[in-house]
Amino acid sequence: MPTAARAQDALAEAVFTRRPRSFMYDAWRGLLRSRSAIAGGVVLALLILLAIIAPLISSYDPTAVALRTRLQPPSASHFFGTDEFGRDILTRVFYGARISLPVGLIALAIGVSLGTLVGLIAGFYGKAVDALLMWMVDVLLAFPGLLLALLVVAILGVDLRNVMIAVGVSMIPRFARLVRGTVLSAKENLYVDAARAIGVPERRILVRHVLPNVISPVIVLGTLSLGVTILTAAGLSFVGLGAKPPSPEWGAMIAEGRQFLQRQWWIGTFPGVAILLTVLAVNLIGDGLRDALDPRMRV
Amino acid sequence: MGAFLLHRLARLAAVLFGVSLLTFSVLHLIPGDPVRVMLGDSVSGAASGDQSQSAYDNLRRQLGLDLPLPVQYGRYVGHALTGDLGHSFQTRRTILSSIRDALPATLELAFAGMAIAILLGTTLGIIAALKHHTWWDTGIMVLSLLGLAMPSFWLGLVLLLIFSFRLHWFPVTTEAGASAIVLPALTLGLGTAGTIARLARASLLEVLRNEYVLTARAKGLRERVVITRHALVNALIPVVTVVGLQFGQLLAGAFIIEVVFARQGIGRLLVDGVLSRDYPMVQGVALVAGVGYVLVNFLVDLSYAWLDPRIRHA
Repeated sequence: MPTAARAQDALAEAVFTRRPRSFMYDAWRGLLRSRSAIAGGVVLALLILLAIIAPLISSYDPTAVALRTRLQPPSASHFFGTDEFGRDILTRVFYGARISLPVGLIALAIGVSLGTLVGLIAGFYGKAVDALLMWMVDVLLAFPGLLLALLVVAILGVDLRNVMIAVGVSMIPRFARLVRGTVLSAKENLYVDAARAIGVPERRILVRHVLPNVISPVIVLGTLSLGVTILTAAGLSFVGLGAKPPSPEWGAMIAEGRQFLQRQWWIGTFPGVAILLTVLAVNLIGDGLRDALDPRMRV
Repeated sequence: MGAFLLHRLARLAAVLFGVSLLTFSVLHLIPGDPVRVMLGDSVSGAASGDQSQSAYDNLRRQLGLDLPLPVQYGRYVGHALTGDLGHSFQTRRTILSSIRDALPATLELAFAGMAIAILLGTTLGIIAALKHHTWWDTGIMVLSLLGLAMPSFWLGLVLLLIFSFRLHWFPVTTEAGASAIVLPALTLGLGTAGTIARLARASLLEVLRNEYVLTARAKGLRERVVITRHALVNALIPVVTVVGLQFGQLLAGAFIIEVVFARQGIGRLLVDGVLSRDYPMVQGVALVAGVGYVLVNFLVDLSYAWLDPRIRHA
């Protein structure tokens, strides 16, 4: 067999038998190409690590009162200073990550799962179901995100768990709309018609053939929205509707620092830097993922 | 335009109906008995049985909870249409008068924040695009990323610390004239300025790649004329769209900034209402804010359709 023919065969084999690249592979390669996404990933990983090993790296208790050391400025023994109860701010910031990060993530999970479900059902079944669900989404959209979250907290009660639900509910419309749009275009694919023609049940078509199209845009929007959920949840705690003292939740810590702003600036400043770094890291990862998976969403 | 208008009006009516239904439901969605929740300790606490029972009955009647649900909703909408949003459970004032007193402060803050966001955002976005791939571009993009990631309530405190407490450039309290709006408006506007800067940059970069820009340059127009007459006009259209969409977010953002700067706006009313379980106040503020937001969006939609015929024929 001549070399050229052998090469052709090898090429054909490579082209036709190559396993399709997985979604995760694309995402990972895309992220590695972006230096800012890597920087975001490193910062976020570091924050998560610090949150996990907080008891090992700090000998202070995040909530125990130590009046002898109250209101001390940053120093060698307290890098971020202490608050009015003598608690070490750095320790509280580490422990705060154990609250603020999961709160943002859980709120996002609520928004993503409910929004995706609504969008899937509306887009796939269409007609009256679509009209009704999209009317509900339009009604939710009538309230800017934060206002909707405030309304939900008003109904459910002032509590950190309710803040997660409230922020999650305020995220539903953006995911419902995205998923509905994606489903509407995915439904037009020939393979969906083919599946229907050979008698595949509707629910199976929805899960096996339509749902996979939705995953990539939802992950991109989800990552880009995590910063919003962290900021909104912290904002609600800041105005007193979420975590309560002595919780080291970052938004609540900033609220505590408010009355000491003039003289003890460090109390409220460092938790804010923690939120800023976290959201910045998450947004950088989100930007990288978007560029890798869905460049059309790029601004 | 007639059919488009009718379609949009029908949709507007449906959404307004939904908004009224949602705000009406606030009382009914509360886990447990809303009257007991509102009365709190005074029912279960020290007050004698008869007194607490009569307080309970009075409030229940006052809120109309003794009536069948459809009648309650009809009354709620009927009253709202005539401007009667009920009385605050805490202050006993009418909710409409509380909102009327507080709304100017919120609108002032939202408009001032928007002005700063537009001015700063478009200017920085244009500079970044024109100085693409330079340190200017990188610096502005880093700033916009920081603006997007910064918690506004924290930024407000940092600005207060630097400009009021340290430099004494601006007053700490809100009752000190026009200069008192500067820091709250900056706090509110900086985040949105980041969004607008990114968008303006991307949009201008795309427009600059168009052939008509090349033509304008080829026929010897000065660069300033190419940018201002040909590129900017087109590049700013998507920016205007986003500005319209961002206004509602900015208004909601103003709610938290009001708490930071102790301004008496409707955000303050709402947060205090939630904290003190003053549900009529929460319902009233949410209704006014929701209806206002929907109407503003409706007008923005109509103006786009008027400006761009492709939208009304879509």
